[in-house]
Amino acid sequence: MQELKKKSVEYRKKILKYIVGAKAGHTGGSLSCTDILNVLYNHTLKVSPQTFTSPDRDRYIQSKGHCVEALFVVLADKGFFPEEHLETLCQYKSHYIGHPTRKVKGVEQNTGALGHGLPIAVGNAIAAKLDKRNYKVYTLMGDGELPEGSNWEAALTAAHYKLDNLCAIVDKNTLQITASTAEVCNTDPLDEKWKAFGWAVKEVDGHDVEALKAAFDSLPFEPGKPSVIIAHTVKGKGVSFMENNLKWHHGVPSKEEYALALSELDSSMEKVLI
Amino acid sequence: MAHIEATDPNGYKPNQEIFSEILQELAAKDRDIIAVTSDSRGSGKLVPFGKKFPEQIVEVGIAEQNLVGVAAGLAAAGKKVFAVSPACFLTARALEQIKNDVAYSDNPVTVVGISAGVSYGALGSTHHSLHDFAALRCINNITVVVPADNFETAQATALAAKTNSPVYLRFGKRVMNNLKDVNDDTFAFGKGRVITEGNDAAIIACGETVYPALQAAKLLAEQGINATVVSMHTIKPLDTDLLANLAANCKAIVTVEEHSVYGGLGEACAAYLMQHGLHKPFRIVGIPDEYTVTGSQQDIFNHYHLTKEGIAEVVKGLL
Repeated sequence: MQELKKKSVEYRKKILKYIVGAKAGHTGGSLSCTDILNVLYNHTLKVSPQTFTSPDRDRYIQSKGHCVEALFVVLADKGFFPEEHLETLCQYKSHYIGHPTRKVKGVEQNTGALGHGLPIAVGNAIAAKLDKRNYKVYTLMGDGELPEGSNWEAALTAAHYKLDNLCAIVDKNTLQITASTAEVCNTDPLDEKWKAFGWAVKEVDGHDVEALKAAFDSLPFEPGKPSVIIAHTVKGKGVSFMENNLKWHHGVPSKEEYALALSELDSSMEKVLI
Repeated sequence: MAHIEATDPNGYKPNQEIFSEILQELAAKDRDIIAVTSDSRGSGKLVPFGKKFPEQIVEVGIAEQNLVGVAAGLAAAGKKVFAVSPACFLTARALEQIKNDVAYSDNPVTVVGISAGVSYGALGSTHHSLHDFAALRCINNITVVVPADNFETAQATALAAKTNSPVYLRFGKRVMNNLKDVNDDTFAFGKGRVITEGNDAAIIACGETVYPALQAAKLLAEQGINATVVSMHTIKPLDTDLLANLAANCKAIVTVEEHSVYGGLGEACAAYLMQHGLHKPFRIVGIPDEYTVTGSQQDIFNHYHLTKEGIAEVVKGLL
């Protein structure tokens, strides 16, 4: 528990480090999904660098591909590649680009265009059923990408095929590049939409690692139904001046802002360690 | 001059039917063969496939983007996937999924565009695919294949199942005559198939326009003009060796396709020839950039001169 919380702080520091190094990145969204990725890779997913080519590994597909910095930092921590590779983030000919690509070990699918993760995850989950394999398939979606119609096409197929080996997580940080999701294209009430599409829904605090663990541990939420976790999160979580501030959708901290952010994160680390 | 007698169409089948028959043969031997359909199993001639192999068909309903995304996910998990849907929807509505989930992610899906070109002639432009070669040619990592006759269709389907990279197969609805009496050709993606040979002109066609091209060659032969006819079944990668050879040995080159004159087989050939200094009299026969006339596929072919007479006239005009 304390270990996971510590990791979340470390991950946030590294996310900022590599975004500052690259002078680019999706800061707010990476910070909002950090705890979700932390719990997935350190508690839930049955996948490791050694088992990454196993047909029985759990699959994780990041539909909100733009928050790749969070994914890369977690994959490096899990030993999929040496962390120093991230020093090349977004540089000429680097495989570590602004969206996940399979050229990076640990990445299942090339994503970046929104509304693509769930259909691919559905295909993975159908294959598992056909092959009678027990792996689970997870996909992380942003709430801002939910107006993409392909998500809802795939949601129908998932329920139709009773894919209880599939779990979608919505990182509901309520902000997108233009404004709040409510102002841009309101998708609330979100739980009712997923339920109407035949999914079993749980809502959790997306920064409460214990609540996330419990939600993942209880999959599938209902036998014969795909599961969705609506994770209520804060965009820019962990750095006070970034939280709930649109500027940080893809804002890159200045030297001073970075120092301030690190000192805040260091203080929160002290609280974790007490 | 090789034998170019037109074969009696009776007894031959639409390429879509051959595709389905071969897919059933493959599926019987390999449970990883999966067809994914978007309420398209009827037009894809896959009803018998679905009955025989209910565990090997995934139906997503009328949702082409999802069709291709799901197909990519299945392929990523080791399945040999054929994603089957009318070419008009598949390569327009789901183009981003083909580009990203199949080609860019390198998931070995065979994307199968059925009832392609103006097969649904009278249904109007919503149902025409005159853009698919152009759209797919400029997407990296997908082989674009347009079989002409039943032989090529059977070969292409079997080869696609064995190919561990993305493929686009395009079929029409009409009964296709075999182009040769004896089909002993080696079939490979990226290698054009020479149907008949002559040194006056080369007619390079694909799909359902190869047969009228062959008939045009016959008509020309009666007038003392000997033409080579090539079924350039692979639009990408283009058989540039064959193209260079044709340019060296023929006085003029005409391309024929059931596609817009923009961005398809003709422009692919023209770009290669021009950039390699192979300057021969050259014409592209296809569908012009205008509101496409309505009517049956044959009506539309007639209207735009995708006929033996029309093609022969274009060839003569260049000589």
